[in-house]
Amino acid sequence: MNQAIAAPAHEFELKNSQLLDALSQSAHRVDWAGRFFNFLFLLSALIGVLSVVTIGYFLVQEGLPAIQFAGLGNFLLGTAWYPPALYGIGAMIVASVVSALGAVIIGVPVALLTAIFLAEVAPKWLANVIRPAVELLAGIPSVVYGFFGLVIIVPAIESTFNIPAGSTVLAAIIVLAVMILPTVITITETSIRAIPKTYKEGSYALGASPMFTIFKVMLPAARSGILAGIVLGVARAVGETMAIIMVMGNSPAMPGSLLDSARSLTANIALEMSYATGIHASSLYSTGIVLLIFVMLLNATLLVLNRKRVK
Amino acid sequence: MRRRIEDLAAISLIWGGAGMTILFLVWMLWHILSNGLSHVSWEFISSAYTTVGEVSGIFSMIVSTLYMVVLSISIAAPIGIMTALYLTEYAKPGSKLVKVIRFCTESLAGIPSIIYGLFGMTFFVVTLGLGFSILSGALTLAILILPVIIRTTEEALIAVPQAYREASYGLGSSRIYTIWRVILPSAMPGIVTAVILSTGRIIGESAPVFLTAGMVTRIPESVLDSGRTLTVHLYKLTQELFTVNEWNQAYATATVLIFLVLAINLLTKLIASRFNKASY
Repeated sequence: MNQAIAAPAHEFELKNSQLLDALSQSAHRVDWAGRFFNFLFLLSALIGVLSVVTIGYFLVQEGLPAIQFAGLGNFLLGTAWYPPALYGIGAMIVASVVSALGAVIIGVPVALLTAIFLAEVAPKWLANVIRPAVELLAGIPSVVYGFFGLVIIVPAIESTFNIPAGSTVLAAIIVLAVMILPTVITITETSIRAIPKTYKEGSYALGASPMFTIFKVMLPAARSGILAGIVLGVARAVGETMAIIMVMGNSPAMPGSLLDSARSLTANIALEMSYATGIHASSLYSTGIVLLIFVMLLNATLLVLNRKRVK
Repeated sequence: MRRRIEDLAAISLIWGGAGMTILFLVWMLWHILSNGLSHVSWEFISSAYTTVGEVSGIFSMIVSTLYMVVLSISIAAPIGIMTALYLTEYAKPGSKLVKVIRFCTESLAGIPSIIYGLFGMTFFVVTLGLGFSILSGALTLAILILPVIIRTTEEALIAVPQAYREASYGLGSSRIYTIWRVILPSAMPGIVTAVILSTGRIIGESAPVFLTAGMVTRIPESVLDSGRTLTVHLYKLTQELFTVNEWNQAYATATVLIFLVLAINLLTKLIASRFNKASY
């Protein structure tokens, strides 16, 4: 989506700056006011850069002591989290990855079908009702999802599987699956709509049915856009904090099954940050570093996908 | 015949998928509103939170949330708008600097909000010594919403027709005069949309808020006081759901949050439709 607006933006900038270059060439005297504002706006633009650098610096500076204390291998692969002695976040990495993947497995098919419905199948009036509903889904705060999960999904899991505590990985998967719906739906719908009309017309001309056209022509053509949506969905699921804290039980042990309690990387930070000190606090920053590396890998994938899409 | 059945299966799958999405939304809204609406009263909205008295409300949380929204936006909006102006009106396109600024803005948008909480707690709360306060929270959230403001404003600026700029320069106006009197006014709906979207984001955030602004339930007297926003309040309430009264308060708070989100969505729609009607 970013790439899609960046292309015309670039063209626009080119035109605008040529205009301004011509303008500045015609003016011979030094334009102090112009320089001042140029400098002021540049300064504002650098605040974003400064923020990224400062955040990165603080994370690394605060996080390294714990990694040095525990050893990188023990920290990443260790499954024992007993501050202030043992710092292993292996179980939390597993919990974060499993809950995000589970959410994708459940959420993406539903999101794809909804996007196809909105782009191709739905009558216009119905699409105009459903689209704002999806936007509403995107705007609802994560604590409200967590609350709903806590009062409906957790008890439902307790009674369905007959277990004492319903705050499990499964509950987190279900809540996250709903939370990623709007992201995946919006991006998939946009990329289905961006497919040239000729694809559809060509398929119809060859005698293919509308459904065949959707599944065998439109979806493959929109593939990279759909993948981008899925990657963004995974990023949202991995980065989600409050909803997961409220429904996953937060036990730092390695979950044996989907019906066990578990703690995600994000939950680990949010739960212990307010009272942690020393190496314990540092270990939470290292948890943040690991989380950030996950998200950066996802963003890198997205960049590659977008580049493909522009081609 | 086989193809007919396949088609039928496919179309029912599609309707089913869309149905599930809507069903879940309706189920969630219905469950929360039906349990919460009857407990949202003027008393609930205007009374202070208490764990001992008869009437316990969310007034201090509303005030804290309001503080947070106003302060974060008054920090982030000027910076974001000026950044967007720099990128569209001043910078040489394709230069290394522009690429770095773009890259960093996009990176900011990708960072999970809990990391902002972590950073805000170290930098604003401890290093700068602002303590757990509305100001620490607002500074943290200001960075968090910066990408939204920059991107939305930039789109609005790009949508301003090039002819406007040419005409203004042609009349001999300076660049800053053109920006102030021509470009910003015609990009105003987009900028307002950016502010409303950010408001939604601020109201919805919770993890970075309680790590920087704390959870004190009193009404904050200044921006250096700690305060508890609505989302943080709902989270705290769900940790101690014992009495019927506590359940009701949780449902009512969730209801208020849903109404806020609804209002923000409607407002964005309204501005967008007016924006589209305006013809250049």
